[in-house]
Amino acid sequence: MAKKLGKRMRQKHVRKNKWYEFQDKSYKFIALFATGIGILVLCVLLYDVFSDGFGRINMEFFQDSSSRRASKAGIYAALGGTLWIMGLTTLIAFPIGIGAGIYLEEYNSKSRMSNILEINISNLAGIPSIIYGLLGLEIFSRTLMLGDTAITGALTLSLLILPIIIVSTREALKTVPYNLREASLALGATKWQTIWYQILPASIPGIVTGAILAISRAIGETAPLIVIGAATYITSVPTWPTESFTVLPIQIFYWIGKPQHDFQVNAAAAIIILLAITFIMNGAAVYLRYRWQKKIKW
Amino acid sequence: MKIEAQDVHVYYGLDHTLKGVSLSVKKNTVTALIGPSGCGKSTFLRCMNRMNDLIDNCQVKGNILIDGVDINSPSVNTNELRKAVGMVFQKPNPFPKSIFENVAYGLRVNGISNKEYINDKVEWSLKQAALWDEVKDKLKKSALALSGGQQQRLCIARALAVEPSILLMDEPASALDPISTSKIEELIYNLKASYTIMIVTHNMQQASRTSDKTAFFYMGELVEYDDTRTLFTNPKKERTQNYITGRFG
Amino acid sequence: MKRSEKFIEAFLFACSLLTILTTVGIISVLLFETARFFQVVPIWDFLTDTEWSPSFAKDQQHFGILPLLAGTFLTTFIAMCVAVPLGITIAVYLSEYATSRVRNIVKPVLEILASIPTIVYGYFALAFVTPFIQSLFPSLELSNFNALAPGIIMGIMILPLVSSLSEDALYAVPRALREGSYAMGATKFQTAFKVIIPAALSGIAVSIILALSRAVGETMIVAIAAGNKPTLTFNPLNQVQTATTYIVQTVNGDVANDSIEYKTIYAVGMSLFVITLLLNNISFWLKKRYQQVYK
Repeated sequence: MAKKLGKRMRQKHVRKNKWYEFQDKSYKFIALFATGIGILVLCVLLYDVFSDGFGRINMEFFQDSSSRRASKAGIYAALGGTLWIMGLTTLIAFPIGIGAGIYLEEYNSKSRMSNILEINISNLAGIPSIIYGLLGLEIFSRTLMLGDTAITGALTLSLLILPIIIVSTREALKTVPYNLREASLALGATKWQTIWYQILPASIPGIVTGAILAISRAIGETAPLIVIGAATYITSVPTWPTESFTVLPIQIFYWIGKPQHDFQVNAAAAIIILLAITFIMNGAAVYLRYRWQKKIKW
Repeated sequence: MKIEAQDVHVYYGLDHTLKGVSLSVKKNTVTALIGPSGCGKSTFLRCMNRMNDLIDNCQVKGNILIDGVDINSPSVNTNELRKAVGMVFQKPNPFPKSIFENVAYGLRVNGISNKEYINDKVEWSLKQAALWDEVKDKLKKSALALSGGQQQRLCIARALAVEPSILLMDEPASALDPISTSKIEELIYNLKASYTIMIVTHNMQQASRTSDKTAFFYMGELVEYDDTRTLFTNPKKERTQNYITGRFG
Repeated sequence: MKRSEKFIEAFLFACSLLTILTTVGIISVLLFETARFFQVVPIWDFLTDTEWSPSFAKDQQHFGILPLLAGTFLTTFIAMCVAVPLGITIAVYLSEYATSRVRNIVKPVLEILASIPTIVYGYFALAFVTPFIQSLFPSLELSNFNALAPGIIMGIMILPLVSSLSEDALYAVPRALREGSYAMGATKFQTAFKVIIPAALSGIAVSIILALSRAVGETMIVAIAAGNKPTLTFNPLNQVQTATTYIVQTVNGDVANDSIEYKTIYAVGMSLFVITLLLNNISFWLKKRYQQVYK
């Protein structure tokens, strides 16, 4: 029954195997092509946005706010609003998200309650952002009568990104080996002391990485803020969270909706700024994660 | 000679795992490769069907002739080689398919689609692997439902279906209970008539029970290679003596 | 236990309880406003009427969600046609063919696609993709707002979701199965498609369902590039309105708290919520099941 290798190599039923090898090689090309499409679209998108909007970016563009004339319009108020939202969302979402992550991972990791919480969080992460807008509109804006203010926007976005922060916090805490906890507890440290002095310092870069990514997501969000009624035409940066606000994505949305070509150029220019902020934050997160992984080898 | 390995070196990145191993194997014999963990015996086995190619930074040097063909030469197609040199792994690794499809897999990837031929071949292979009587009524059932020992014999049947002339076994019984192990050993003895078998094992008794020749590896080198009986009763090197009497390893 | 320890634990517990409150909040807000909506509009009309025109004068108003769902379905379908084949092809390539060096470069680059704000994609679909298709196929009569361009771009947006989650699933298939297949002389292609993909099927299904749910809920791309006309059509060249777009269009105007339009956005939101919740739970269930297989 058994055939010799030499004989087998000479056999002509090898023809079929040629086809399989051809199949194998051509798949490689198709796959490279598929990967290329993704990367190509990314490049074309960046090129398109830059060629449309780069020429429009100058000092006045940062100093002007909404205007009926495209050439007089700028992103001053929108950029200011985005920074407000960024700061407020960070203040609200970080402590709550990290706190919840610590609770789920360190205090309550195997009970029925934690199972419910876990399912609930993964469901929250899958709810479309616009639904969070509906929640914010009814609860924060109308019921709590906060109106279409920066604080309403920040609260809404905080709820939106909480699941992301919680999940990444838990992931970061999971990387801390169990024996570190045991070692600390064995020395008589309390649970919270163990977390505060041992576990958090060991996992903070991972937590911060996830949190930065979450904030970057919040900055790019448009739909929930439109729903809560963020203003599109606004000329000043809010001085306090209880004032009306606009943000970059909404400014962009407003400009895209205008028929005049010059406003489209403004939109492209503002997109460049938005992309720059997004990429810088993502880049920082990736860099942090890279440094962290390199440094700590458990 | 069925297999002739000449001065085989293997590097994993900077690790020099196999340092110049030469060894010849006669047709229709069982050769056992023994030695402590990390001695290079499995690496050597994996050279025989070029499974080391699948590891990113692995380099193999030296000649390995099978039926006089240098299997490392660029003209040799690894897929063809692997059909001629079957392999059974340490842990049973049946595909998540039916028992029938597991055995038929090798035929199908060979482009064989004749139903009758496949049916016959599956039956033949399962009989060769002494599994037919146990599974003939449940060929359509998932292979994962079999016991560990049955799974391992299924993997042997799967390897036999593509008609190899050499069978490589990488600690085929280490994950099995004693009864399943003895079945595998019996099977090895019976298969010797039609196949050249090379088996890596940690179990000294197994090596002495099943093999004609035994090779002792240590730290990437072939220390001693002789008839199994000679090697176990009258080893020439002290290191071999120490290992088989259980003083280390 | 010390009192301060107890206090801290209570605070942390409150933080995680907030996520439950969020869910409760979302569901009750949606239920409350939707119930008010169904006091005015019979649920049967909502589900079966083929016209959607809440902003018309009273006697011409129609409240059939079908046109909005058709718009959502159409754009989502186009997106999936782009993302699923591309995503799985890339996933198989990265997990079975590519060296670790290529994988380490390609994966983060693809993930940039997921980090771009969706409004940017919307601009790109409207300002580049639609004109591009129009100039490429002038005979196609593609309207300036259409389902095709945003659908394609949405597909690109969810591509990294499909490719990276599918790759994780493929990668999790035990190495022994690959070796078993290669040892029988199978090519990488055969191994991937006959052994690895079947073994990772539920994981791949999870990635597809999550991408689907993402596409259904996506708002800005379609709001900018797909148009604002609710039509019961499956022609990708036409202007459509998705469920999400309707909400954006409505809140963009001024709506009074008690108006029927205010209630419609919650009814539409409820429909969206139910669909995505269903999809997410299917994927969650699948994930739990397949995690048990390999452990």
